[in-house]
Amino acid sequence: MAKLIRNRRVVADNWLLLELGAGGALPPVPAEGDVIVPLTVWLARRDALAVRLGQTGVWLDSNEGAETVAADLRRLPLIAVRFAAFTDGRGYSTARLLRERYGYSGEIRAIGDVGRDHLLNMQRCGIDAFALREGEDAEGALQAFEELPASYQASVVEPQPLFRRRVAG
Amino acid sequence: MYIYDEIDQKIVDQRVEQFRGQTQRFLAGKLSEDEFRALRLRNGLYVQRYAPMLRVAVPYGLLSSKQMRMFAHIARKYDRDYGHFSTRQNIQYNWPKLEEVPDILADLATVQMHAIQTSGNCVRNITTDHFAGVARDEIVDSFVWCEIIRQWSTFHPEFNWLPRKFKIAVNGATSDRAATEVHDIGLHAVRADDGAVGFRVVIGGGLGRAPMVGHTIREFLPWQHLLTYLEAALRIYNRHGRRDNIHKARIKFVVKEHGVQRFREEVEAEWLQLKDGPNTLIQAEVDRIERRFTRPAYAKLPGRDAALDALLAADTAFRHWHMRNVHPHKVPGYAAVTLSLKQTGVPPGDATSAQLDAVADLADRYSFGELRVSHEQNLILADVALTDLHALWGEAKKLGMATPNIGLLTNIICCPGGDFCSLANAKSIPVAQSIQERFDNLDYLHDIGEIDLNISGCMNACGHHHVGHIGILGVDKGGEEWYQIEIGGNQGEVRPGMRASLGKVIGPSFARAEVPDVIERLIECYLENRDSEAERFIDVAHRIGTEPFKDHVYGKADPQSPRRRRQLAAS
Repeated sequence: MAKLIRNRRVVADNWLLLELGAGGALPPVPAEGDVIVPLTVWLARRDALAVRLGQTGVWLDSNEGAETVAADLRRLPLIAVRFAAFTDGRGYSTARLLRERYGYSGEIRAIGDVGRDHLLNMQRCGIDAFALREGEDAEGALQAFEELPASYQASVVEPQPLFRRRVAG
Repeated sequence: MYIYDEIDQKIVDQRVEQFRGQTQRFLAGKLSEDEFRALRLRNGLYVQRYAPMLRVAVPYGLLSSKQMRMFAHIARKYDRDYGHFSTRQNIQYNWPKLEEVPDILADLATVQMHAIQTSGNCVRNITTDHFAGVARDEIVDSFVWCEIIRQWSTFHPEFNWLPRKFKIAVNGATSDRAATEVHDIGLHAVRADDGAVGFRVVIGGGLGRAPMVGHTIREFLPWQHLLTYLEAALRIYNRHGRRDNIHKARIKFVVKEHGVQRFREEVEAEWLQLKDGPNTLIQAEVDRIERRFTRPAYAKLPGRDAALDALLAADTAFRHWHMRNVHPHKVPGYAAVTLSLKQTGVPPGDATSAQLDAVADLADRYSFGELRVSHEQNLILADVALTDLHALWGEAKKLGMATPNIGLLTNIICCPGGDFCSLANAKSIPVAQSIQERFDNLDYLHDIGEIDLNISGCMNACGHHHVGHIGILGVDKGGEEWYQIEIGGNQGEVRPGMRASLGKVIGPSFARAEVPDVIERLIECYLENRDSEAERFIDVAHRIGTEPFKDHVYGKADPQSPRRRRQLAAS
């Protein structure tokens, strides 16, 4: 099983990530087990997927925003947000919108080009699970959460900006 | 000066340790070149032509004498004894060692300084008017608002990996001395009829390879909503900015592609979702930030000083300096003084550690221990008593910082260019120097009057050549350095009524050696055509257009030019 960080712990990953086939062909979805399907698959077959044995999550590519699944959130135990490259920051907005605007409380998982130095901001935007890219040291990456403990902004993990926390304190 | 509290300090200290860890992992081979590149860039560290370059933030250009001494210390200990002030009001060191950078940052943190977000695709240093807080045409003290935005933008979790860099400028006065119309976002303080403070929001300006003047997308944004509105605009940009083409990735292209009207609607719709949320500013916070700024303890002084008037009458050199480098102040008996870093023979914006230390001393003795860096790459003592001006002038002269050229042709804005920068197509510093040498006659310079001459060594436009009244751009033609000349650019409403404009290229480019001649021809054409001394170069360029200048430079000049006609009439 691949290693995953979830809620700041290294855990085994039981989810199978399905990709689109060549030319965007929809992949077959196994009848059992937990799977994360591409958005296109979800949109095309969500009613069929809802009755399969095993859980079904969806993954959003960098250009697929939170609004694409906003109506389905209660049926989705997991939404993965793909970072095509760590420099592509769209996923941060996607995660934040899922949490703050649409009130999503299931797992949001970062997939793709996910490395240690990006975990902190991802977490602040509401991502709580991280499928690290190849070659990353998952145990070592946990230290990243200890960096920069103080912050100015409101975020998913700290809903009040510092200036309101100061007044309250 | 804004004085850090414990949390501000902690945030900077944390970043030093985080960056030290990243550097160590890179040096140990645990972090790839590409990844470390992106991480070090957002901490101001480039790898340049010959060595790394470290860009240290001077938030909104304001610093204390103590911080200036730290700059001198860093220049001596880690660099080659000098630093370079940039058009972003920051300082750059051109020769630090990569492995020593964490130590430099630790030293900086001891005086509440850092290199956070001085590069990378994130919100950069917030810039403003170098006369903020002292200008007679002040609407609000823009420093307070810059600091509020600085805190909001520092390690913003959502906007740390934008499509491209993001520059915000704030103007708190009637005149715009911060070039806000050519920033990604420009904020202009406005006071409503009932006295309420708000901001006019300008989006989508920028220089670089596709220069554009920004668009006003909101005439009045009440101050309480400043951060939620910025958050909305940045979110639209983060989601919709192009990531497939670095040359089309700035927010100006989103504004252009969507159209101003649609872009405005998108931002406003997003803002409606965020409006009145936790990021809504509160008076207590504005007051708190305001109180953390030290304020000069001004003496009660008369608005005029007879001794000063007598010295001005008696000494032409002092009078010239006073005319160009001394600026009006809102407090009677005080003036703001520009220390020119544009002495002929020295790269524009450069200062040695000895100069930095000496300037810090001047600030302590003459200006309440504070300094500013202007986007025109000069240093400013903002609070000098009129009674001290003559003594200060004497000391500035000894330091080579009293060149009386502020606003004049030799006050050249210039990027580091091909001497240092790996992006440059051509050198820019030698061009600046050859122009300064050509126009070394002060009387002639004063006769030419106010003019902005800006030089960039490549189309990234760090020298703001598009908004120079005369702009020079270094270009590469088959491996050779050539220079394209533009005229008619204007950085913004420095004088009310004259909005920012972009220069127009006058024709084929020139070899470096030809540039001073070309400038001379442009100046000749201006002098021939101006209706009075009050009509500046830029006014003439806008009135008569580029054609007459072009003809005069490229030799198609009409023999019956006004000057020639006058000469004929006289003979």
